[in-house]
This record gives sequence, structure tokens and C-alpha cells, in this order.
Amino acid sequence: MDIRVFLLLLLVLVSSVEHGFSLYEDQVGLMDWHQRYIGKVKHAVFHTQKTGRKRVVVSTEENVVASLDLRHGEIFWRHVLGTNDAVDAVDIALGKYVITLSSEGSILRAWNLPDGQMVWESFLQGSNPSKSLLSVPINLKVDKDNVILVFSKGFLHAVSSIDGDVLWDKDFSAESIEVQQILQPPESYVIYAVGFVGSSQFDVYQINAKSGELLKHKSAAFPDGFYGEVLLVSSDMLVSLDATRSNLVTISFRKEEISFSKTHISYLVGESLGIPVILPSKLSGILAVKFNTLLVFIRVKSEGKLEVVDKIANAAAVSDALSFSEGQQAFALVEHVDGKILLTVKLSHDWNSDFLKESIAMDHQWGLVQKVFINTYIRTDRSHGFRVLIVMEDHSLLLLQQGEIVWSREEGLASIIDVTTSELPVEKKGVSVAKVEQNLFEWLKGHVLKLKGTLMLASPEDIAVIQDMRLKSSEKSKMTRDHNGFRKLLIVLTRAGKLYALHTGDGRVIWSLLLPSLRKSGSCKHPTGLSVYQWQVPHHHAMDENPSVLVAGRCGPHWDAPGVLSFVDTYTGKELNALGLTHSVAQVIPLPFTDSTEQHLHLLIDSDQCAHLYPRTSEAIGHALRSNCIGVVDEYCFNSSDLWSIVFPSESEKIIATATRKLNEVVHTQAKVIADQDVMFKYISKNLLFVATIAPKASGEFGKPTPEESWLVVYLIDTVTGRILHRMTHHGSQGPVHAVLSENWVVYHYFNLRAHRYEMSVIEIYDLSRAENKDVWKLLVGKHNLTSPISLYSRPEAMTKSQSYFFTQSVKALAVTSTAKGITSKQLLIGTIGDQVLALDKRYLDPRRSVNPTQAEKEEGIIPLSDSLPIIPQSYVTHALKVEGLRGIVTLPTKLESTTLVFAHGVDLFLTRIAPSRTYDSLTEDFSYALLLLTIVALIAAIFVTWVLSEKKELQEKWR
Amino acid sequence: MRSQPVILVLLVHLCIPFLSSSLAISPGEGYTVNGRVKIPSLGAQGLVRPGKLSNIKVVLNGGQRFTLLRPDGYFSFHNVPAGTHLIEVDAIGYFFSPVRVDVSARNPGKVQATLTENRRGLSELVLEPLREEQYYEIREPFSIMSVVKSPMGLMMGFMLVVMFLMPKLMENMDPEEMRRAQEEMRSQGVPSLASLLPGGAARS
Repeated sequence: MDIRVFLLLLLVLVSSVEHGFSLYEDQVGLMDWHQRYIGKVKHAVFHTQKTGRKRVVVSTEENVVASLDLRHGEIFWRHVLGTNDAVDAVDIALGKYVITLSSEGSILRAWNLPDGQMVWESFLQGSNPSKSLLSVPINLKVDKDNVILVFSKGFLHAVSSIDGDVLWDKDFSAESIEVQQILQPPESYVIYAVGFVGSSQFDVYQINAKSGELLKHKSAAFPDGFYGEVLLVSSDMLVSLDATRSNLVTISFRKEEISFSKTHISYLVGESLGIPVILPSKLSGILAVKFNTLLVFIRVKSEGKLEVVDKIANAAAVSDALSFSEGQQAFALVEHVDGKILLTVKLSHDWNSDFLKESIAMDHQWGLVQKVFINTYIRTDRSHGFRVLIVMEDHSLLLLQQGEIVWSREEGLASIIDVTTSELPVEKKGVSVAKVEQNLFEWLKGHVLKLKGTLMLASPEDIAVIQDMRLKSSEKSKMTRDHNGFRKLLIVLTRAGKLYALHTGDGRVIWSLLLPSLRKSGSCKHPTGLSVYQWQVPHHHAMDENPSVLVAGRCGPHWDAPGVLSFVDTYTGKELNALGLTHSVAQVIPLPFTDSTEQHLHLLIDSDQCAHLYPRTSEAIGHALRSNCIGVVDEYCFNSSDLWSIVFPSESEKIIATATRKLNEVVHTQAKVIADQDVMFKYISKNLLFVATIAPKASGEFGKPTPEESWLVVYLIDTVTGRILHRMTHHGSQGPVHAVLSENWVVYHYFNLRAHRYEMSVIEIYDLSRAENKDVWKLLVGKHNLTSPISLYSRPEAMTKSQSYFFTQSVKALAVTSTAKGITSKQLLIGTIGDQVLALDKRYLDPRRSVNPTQAEKEEGIIPLSDSLPIIPQSYVTHALKVEGLRGIVTLPTKLESTTLVFAHGVDLFLTRIAPSRTYDSLTEDFSYALLLLTIVALIAAIFVTWVLSEKKELQEKWR
Repeated sequence: MRSQPVILVLLVHLCIPFLSSSLAISPGEGYTVNGRVKIPSLGAQGLVRPGKLSNIKVVLNGGQRFTLLRPDGYFSFHNVPAGTHLIEVDAIGYFFSPVRVDVSARNPGKVQATLTENRRGLSELVLEPLREEQYYEIREPFSIMSVVKSPMGLMMGFMLVVMFLMPKLMENMDPEEMRRAQEEMRSQGVPSLASLLPGGAARS
């Protein structure tokens, strides 16, 4: 009886908790980790003049503007601009503002250098697409004269650096000039704008810097024509290639007459070396010309004479020249010499003196050096030292100083393409006794501290220790498999073609591999990674083999480019095998079969719709049914034929989104018991496809289409028969559509133009053909159809239910939780426009919700209908963090049924563990074992005390 | 010429929620939408502290364009075509309602803005958070009740009840009945666990 009361009380206590996911502030970092990145650096500007914090301001290919600490490489501040707001140029003005030019030169912004607060923003008008140039004067005087010159979209703008006002602008769009360079010689009020008219005329405009007035216009024809862009080698000399690309042309433009001087390249360098490319590095008096692998430095002397200074065979990158004391200019040159990189700092005017020569050993997984930025500092002995920032092939960013790598940032992780997982090795037996004793003591100490914490007796230092202990618990970052399956390896493929293995416990990089097959080579010019799959998962047959993954890629931007496959061991991070394919890779289909070594069969569909089976073993062919390819002698190649097609009317429908079920999704039960003890059978099929189409008129910009001319049509299609199971039209709605399909339901997010709000709809589909099976009598008598063969071509009666709700925010990504057995109820994971991830219970998206649910429905857990979905701040799985530039959400089931891992990636990475129905199968992290122990001890003590007391009493009774 | 967006404060008819402030015509096809984000809980005059502002983003049309706030809390979108648009504010810690903004081509100079969450018209494009968002559960301060309510506390409590309350109850019992019970106990010997269980009671 008491036990029953006790259990009842316990139940009441447990059920009183409200949300599936919620976190206390001191639990941050216990189950989750967050990593901040910026992406591949495009521009870098150093700010080291003052004695304060040394920093470098960078802009990246992920459209991030950030300020990094030069000492440790940490981010001081960072802004992730929109996806179509690419940064064209960065500079520092007045010593306190960071100036960025973005969106093809139409937005100029100034950011406060110390804290990154936006100070002003200027929108620059213009219509002609053109080069975007930014020129910021170096002087530190704060006055209105301090103008920033921007050339963009056919206009030259002078913008005040104090408040962003456009002081004047000059329209070049009528002149048909392609402006190549803007320069303002120091201490001068004349701005030179130089450029080409057509391909064979060179023009110079001189403009008054104060008023924007045109002072002079010179023009000269060069009959041979120009190729490419011009490079400014000194304040009065430009260099370009002629149209045949066999001559270097120097242009002197400051004098009265524009003069050209032509020099034949083979005459200069002695032999023909291939196609020359002028590197855009500004080296003051020197230009660098690249021929395939050879880099030739050419000095420009007076009168346009050229002279070869040096030829360097395996140079990687050259920085711009940096002026330091007494007008001396230096630049950095990076070479690759037998596995190491050789950094040379040279003075521009004196080639033979190497100011600095350092050889630095480097991890091969970083690849080649792609960009170099130089900065100077004053050493303690008052001489000049140099530090360089280098950008590597895998997008990582390194700071080199005094022959050492001061810090490095793995920026490749900011551009993840695909994610898969791998299990960690099983723990080996045999733990030493000493270790156990040590652990026991530590364990006790830890729990005493925790007990103090729970009883609020702990001092602030103790709390800090507890917090630290919880964060650093070695348990979660071990390199072995754990009982709950929380510890795994995340294998991520990045845009740079690098594969990383991240530990789910703390997010550290276990290994990384710059895939050799995804690097630029003679046969593969523009390799891109596509996706990564589990190739070999150790199971009963091949328990001792290491698991491996398959990386699919292609050698070019188009989908008919030949494919590449690479197989990588996930424990060692070594490439096991690489295949350069003769066919293209349009789609990879993992099949549910394995061969005797537990290699998963994969079907690769090429652009000619032929299927290729991998691995190419005789065992694998045993699964194949169809005839082989025609015209190709290849056992592993199969033909395909069109089974069905659904033609959407092109004038009224255009496909914008599709969704399928995840291949590895597990469904626990097919039946759903509803309130009145009735059973509904879910329509569960792996071959369900969700397609959303919109009116072509509504596919344009937001806000343009009227509700009358836009609609959204959604379909549920069986992919085996091509049968449309369900079709529904949402009038007055438009995309973008985000959808997720799981079990027998699909949830999608779209925009309702009539209400001008976002909506989310749910469709659940039920199988009616098996509805009779629920009659127990029929089952007993044997009149059921459970044993009747099920064909994929059968046409079961299906019934759908659907409901729509308003949802406040724009959505970037949509995912659903997945657990090991599929018993735990589901939560939707919504990546919001604010780069947060919201967990929303699937119960809110239940088409059986009604305004007044009956008592029975309430007991079943049906929530009364409301017109919009709630956003509960505590159910943000990212809590107060942001996953900047969110692109995808991946859910990974753990062995513990209640729990699932959520990995959100974008520019940032975030991983956490969530339990959609709370952790019903394990004790929570903060469960106080000490309190339990204490209670047991107290109970035992009490038993003894009462026993003694009762003995005494009995004795007294007897004496009486 | 770059357009000079002039912010006029509301002077239109009070009953019609028209926005006079947020438009400036610029050459070309687009208009400029100006607005302001105001977070009342921070700072005295409704101005946000500078540091706090730097991470607030304003989003046009579900991510088509982003902008950030200037130090005074103002923001602007340039070259916005006429039509109906949606502006969202992304600020950690605050919940903002998206705003429907109608930029009219026929009537340049007027912009109509409505909060989509509660369909409230805005006289000016001044966006204020509907509520603050608290991402963490508040840890309740230590209370004796929470310990008592925990399973271990219940166990202790039950033990205490048995230890101190039961003898009291025994004393209040009828001595006759007491004796009978004791005899019964004696006849059974040591009370076994079985007798405590519901089945045991039935047997006796």
C-alpha cells in the first residue's frame, strides 16, 4: 500500500515537468558544444599600430566580416552577412573604422573596430555591373576631407568616412569605360581613374578629389589590344598583357601623353614557358608573372623597361608589398620545399637581400598555401620583425611568426557539405587496480562536492570546481564506445575536399584528411565533394575490421563530369582506396545489402541514367536482377528504364521542394491506438515522396505576386507505382517550402500571402486496407488478411488527414528527431531565420487536434487546437547560442532509446543531445548519487536504532 | 544623387495606421524603407546600449536581405520594390513579431505596416519586442520542500513517520486489541516480509 502511494507520488512528480527540452543555465556545455568559425579568408587587414590589442580584420567566402586576435586567433567580433551580400573589399579607415564594400559594390558599411558595432551604412546607386574597387586614404586626420573612394556599378563615389555621406559621385556609365584602377597619389587632390574602352583603347580621367569635377581626360589607342586586367606597379606605371598574351605592356599614364611600351615575354624570360598570368599582388616596382608552376619576378624600370629578377620554381603565393620604416617596402613569398614551407620576406628595391628566411614544417593535411598576408612588428631590439597570415588549400588560417605556427584555425569546418557517423572502437578489457582506487577517491570527492552543491552549502570556488568537473568529465571525450552510444565520430566532408572526424563528446578534431582524390590534378581540374556514406560498418562478420566511409565526388562543376570515389578508414583517417570513375555520379543510392566483409552495396546513377554497382565484387552481383548496360562491357553496370512519369502542367506548376523518408529511419509500430480504443494503421512505405509545386508566377521575389495568382500544390506520391496518394492545393501561398517526411506524416513550411504569415501544415496518411484487421474475432476465426502477400504494386486504400497552423518565423532548415527503435515520440527541429534551432513537439502538429478535445482525447495527449504553433523559448535546443549561417540539421540516434544527437552546421557547429520525451530510460546527469547513498546510510542507521529501541521496549514489557 | 531618407514622425490621421516615416523615393525602381528597433527594457530613453545592438539583424522577406542596426537603432533597406514585404527582427533574448510592410507604388510616400502576430497596425515603423525570451529554466532556490519532494526525501519522511508517529498511534490503540495483535505476532514469530505484502495480510 505504502509502496503504491510512493509510486503514485513519484509519478505525480515526474509528470509535473512540462517541456521535453529545457536546460538550466549552469548545464550549458554539459551535453552540447558550440564552435565558431569564419570560413575561408578572402581579404585580411592588420591593425597593429597602436599598443592596444593586436588584431586582424578579415572577410571570408562565407560572407563573414570578423576581427581576430593576433595572439591566439580568437574571434573578437564577427558578423555574418546575408548569403547574397558577398564582401568585395575590406579596409580600415581613420584607424578606428572597418570599411566593407559588399553586394557587388552597392553597400558600403563602417564598423567600429573595437567592438564591431555598425557605425554607418551607405547604399551606393548604380546600374551597370562593373568591377568594385575600394580605396581608403591612409592618413589618420579626422575631417570631412577624409574620403573613401568607391568605384562600383559604373559610378565613382566619394564617401565621407565619418558618417557615410556620399559627398559627390561621377557617372562613368555613359563613357563606356571599364574602369580598372582608381588611385589617389598621397598629398594630392587628383584622383586618377584608368581603364579600357573596348579592348584597344586606354583612358585616364583626372578628377578633383574635393568636388568630383573632371579635370582632364586623356585617351590613347593601343592597336594590339589588351587582355585581362591591369596591375599598378608603381604610382605612375601600369602593366597589362596584350591581346595575344605574348607581350607585356607597360603603360605610363601620369605624364602629358600616355605612352605604351611592349616587351615580348619569351625575349624577357629566354624561352617559351606557357600562358602567362599576372598575379594581382602589388609589389611596388616588381610584378609577378605565373607560368604554370614557375613564378617569374620582373622589375619595371624607368621608361617601361623590364628586367627579370628571379625565377622561382615551386612558389605558392606572394603577398602585397608592405611599407615599413623609411619608405622601405617588403613582401612575403611562400614556397613549398620538400614537405616544408619556406617563407621569404624580401625588400622590393633590393632583390638579393632576403630580409627573413624561415623554413616551417607543416601538417600535410593543410595542403598548399593559397594566400599570404604580411604584417610587421617592432622587436624588442627595435628591429623589424614580420608575421604572416596564410590561407591554406583546406581553407584553414595560420599565423606564422619567428619560424613557428603561432595559431591555426580549421576554417574548412565552416563549409560542411555532408555528414555521416562512425562508431568508436569497443573498450579493451583490463583496468589496473590503482586506477580504480584513484577513481574511487576522485569519485567520492566529486560527489561530496556535488552534495554540497545540491544542499547550497558550496562556496563560489566549489561551484566553479563542480562546473569545471562536469564540463571536463573525461567520460564524454573518451575514444571508446560507450554504453549509451553518445560517443561517436562525426565524419564531415567540407567544400575544400577535406574530411574531418569530430568527436561528439567535445567536438575536437580526431583526424583530418585532405582527400588526394579531391585535389586539383591534371585529370581532375575542378574537383568537388558531393556526399559521404557509411561504406563498411563492423558487424558480426567483420568485427575486427575498421569501419570505413565512402566519399563521392566529381571532377567538375557540371553533373556529367566524371566521378571520383574515395574510401577512408574512420579510425586511422587514411585513404584506403581511390577510384577515378569513367562515368559521372548524379546520385548515390545506398542499398540495404552488405557483402560478407560487411561492405554496404551502393548504386551510383550516372547522367546517362545507367546504374553502377559498388563494391565491384562477385558477391555484390548476386543481388542484381536486371540486364546489363548496352554497348558497355561491364558486369556492374545496369540499364534503367522509365517506369512512370507525372507531368506537372508547366504553365501552372513548378517543382520547388521534395522530401523523402530517411533511409535509416526505424518505425516501431504501425498501429496507432486512438482515443476510443480504436486502431488506425499508418501508411508506412519507404517509397513515399513528397513534392511541392508552386505557380510559376509566384516563384519570383517575395512580395511581388498577389494571392490570387499564387498557389502551392502538394503531392504524396508512391515512387514504385507513380500513384498520387494525396494532392492538396493551398491557394494564395508561395515558397520557399521546407518539408520533412517521417513515418506516415509530412510537415511543410510555406508562406501564406493572404494572412501574410508563415504556415506549417501536416499531412498524416493512414492505410485503410488493413482497417478490418483490428477485429479480434476475425483474427481468431482466421478471416484476416495479415498473411496475404503484400506487393509494392498493390493499391491500398489510403486516407489522409491534414491541418495547418501559423508559424511566426522564417525557416532555414527542417529536420525531425530519430531514435534507435522509433518508440520515443518525435520532435521537429526547426532552424529559424535567427540561426537558432527550435524543438517543437510533433503533438502540436497533429491533424486530430480540435478546439474542444473530448476527455478521452485529452487523455491521449491531444492538445486543444490553436491557430498558431507556440514558440517556447526554453525549447530552443541551441539555448542562447546561434549557429550562424545555419545550413543543415542532422539527427543521429543513440543506443539509448530516449535520446538523440542533434548536429547543426553552418558557419558555426553545434551539437547537443536531446530527449524528446525526457530521459525515461536513464537517470539524468545531475542525479545525486551522494544523496541516495546518504539516504541509504540513514535508513540503515534508523533500522538499527529502531531495532535497539524495540529490543529495549520488549525487554521492559517482559519485566513488567 | 543618393536619396536622403527623411524620417518624419507620425502626423497622419490618427485612426488610419499609415506610415509616413518610412519611405523615400529613390531614382530607379525601388524605395527605401526606414525603421527603428526599440527595446524599452534597456537604457533610459528606450535606446539600446551600444554593445547589445551590434548583434541584432533585420531580415527582409525571409532572408532575401539582411541589415544591421546603426548605433541609434535605425535601419534601412534600399531599393525595395513596391509590393508587400515582410520584415523580421532577429535578436537573441527577444521575441519580435514579423511586420508586414506594404510599399505602394501608386501612393509613394506611404507605407503601411502591420504586426502579423496580433494584426496591430503600426503608425511608425518602430519595432518593439513582444516579450523577452528566457532560454534557460530558472533554478529554484534551495527549499526544504524540494528535498522533501525528492524520492529520497519521501523515503526519509516515511521512515520518520514510522518511527515517531506509529508508536503514538500504538499508544492510542485499545489495549485489548494491542494484546491480541502482540499475541498474533508472537504466534507468527519474527514478522516476515511476506506478512507486510498485501498477500500476507490476506493469509493472516
